[in-house]
Amino acid sequence: MRQSRAVEIWVGVFVALGFSALLMLAMKVSSITSYIDNKGYQISAAFENIGGLTVRAPVRIAGVRIGRVSDIRFDSDTFQAIVSMRIDAQYNHLPLDSSASILTDGLLGENYIGLEPGGDEESLKEGDRIEITQSALVLEKLIGQFLFSRSQGGASK
Amino acid sequence: MITQLQHLGAWALKRFERLGRSHLFLFHVSAGLGELLTRPGLVIQQIFAIGVLSLPIILVAGLFVGMVLALQLYNTMVNFGAEQSLGPVVALSLVRELGPVVTALLFAGRAGSALAAEIGLMKATEQLSSMEMMAVDPMRRIIAPRLVGGALSLPLLAAMFSAIGVSGGFMVATGLLGVDSNAYWSQMQANVDLFDDIANGVIKSIVFGVVVTWIAVFEGYDAAPTSEGVARATTRTVVNGSLAVLGLDFILTALMFGDNG
Repeated sequence: MRQSRAVEIWVGVFVALGFSALLMLAMKVSSITSYIDNKGYQISAAFENIGGLTVRAPVRIAGVRIGRVSDIRFDSDTFQAIVSMRIDAQYNHLPLDSSASILTDGLLGENYIGLEPGGDEESLKEGDRIEITQSALVLEKLIGQFLFSRSQGGASK
Repeated sequence: MITQLQHLGAWALKRFERLGRSHLFLFHVSAGLGELLTRPGLVIQQIFAIGVLSLPIILVAGLFVGMVLALQLYNTMVNFGAEQSLGPVVALSLVRELGPVVTALLFAGRAGSALAAEIGLMKATEQLSSMEMMAVDPMRRIIAPRLVGGALSLPLLAAMFSAIGVSGGFMVATGLLGVDSNAYWSQMQANVDLFDDIANGVIKSIVFGVVVTWIAVFEGYDAAPTSEGVARATTRTVVNGSLAVLGLDFILTALMFGDNG
């Protein structure tokens, strides 16, 4: 059976449009680049409590995103959460004694890891562990502490 | 009382008979799929009839769904100062849900009804039985290319729907509502995952493509060979196809996104 040429051209255009739409979704809507560009290095940190931190949460320094949380594990020996982060390769001069804390983006935003640079000459490398960490603020605990200190203050008067 | 019970039983038997027949039908069609590799022309023609001709309605619908989504969500989100999240919300709802589902519903109405009517009329005018007389298997020659064409077309249409919807949302968000255009894209990229969201949306649309086209060709093939039978087959295609899409969507969503919302 002979195909009319116009039909073939239209189908070609249709398929091309469909795949370019898929490509646009992959490139522009999702962050395919974070999968391609995997040259960064991995560091980890132990936290007492990670709050609502999730895998793929951003790692920021001075508010700039420099990497992502790649894995969260629970260490049953120390009873701490071990958070692994992948830092983009271009940020390779972070001081070794930097500290990590779990912060919240705005009042209702998602949790992220904020790094605070230290003063060490040496920089963090693949596999290093950040020693100084600060846990997530858990609102219930905070309120509990506040009420406790209030009642204590009231008693001493 | 007894007659009512008899009616109920007859009705149930008829349902099961149709269910069984539709699955045997799918099995027979699948047996003819391999032959299509040697005759891709048949499939190309069906992609034209099913996919290309559905393009205008899908593109227009996608554009407007995206724009309306941005407008409506903005009203609520601006109360929380969360209008920066407009991009991810529009993109996620389009890519995960609305793209596959609305495309499949429109597809059932636009292409499914046409398929059922076409095959039903072929049956009513005895074209199918004359093909069998000439030792041409209508399953292979007529049904299989349509099933493949539909199953290939719907994912592409759904991707276009989502892409143009996101762009429509972008136009409204930045042009009309004054959301920062950089935030729209960067927040979207930070929150939409290639595998979790986009790949799952594509899987959904492939499933919908197979199911809707299957229902359409089966209803057409199974239609009573009268004008009334064709009319009923067309109606059933749209109704059953849409219901199947919505039901399957719930199951697929629960499987894909059920664990972490």
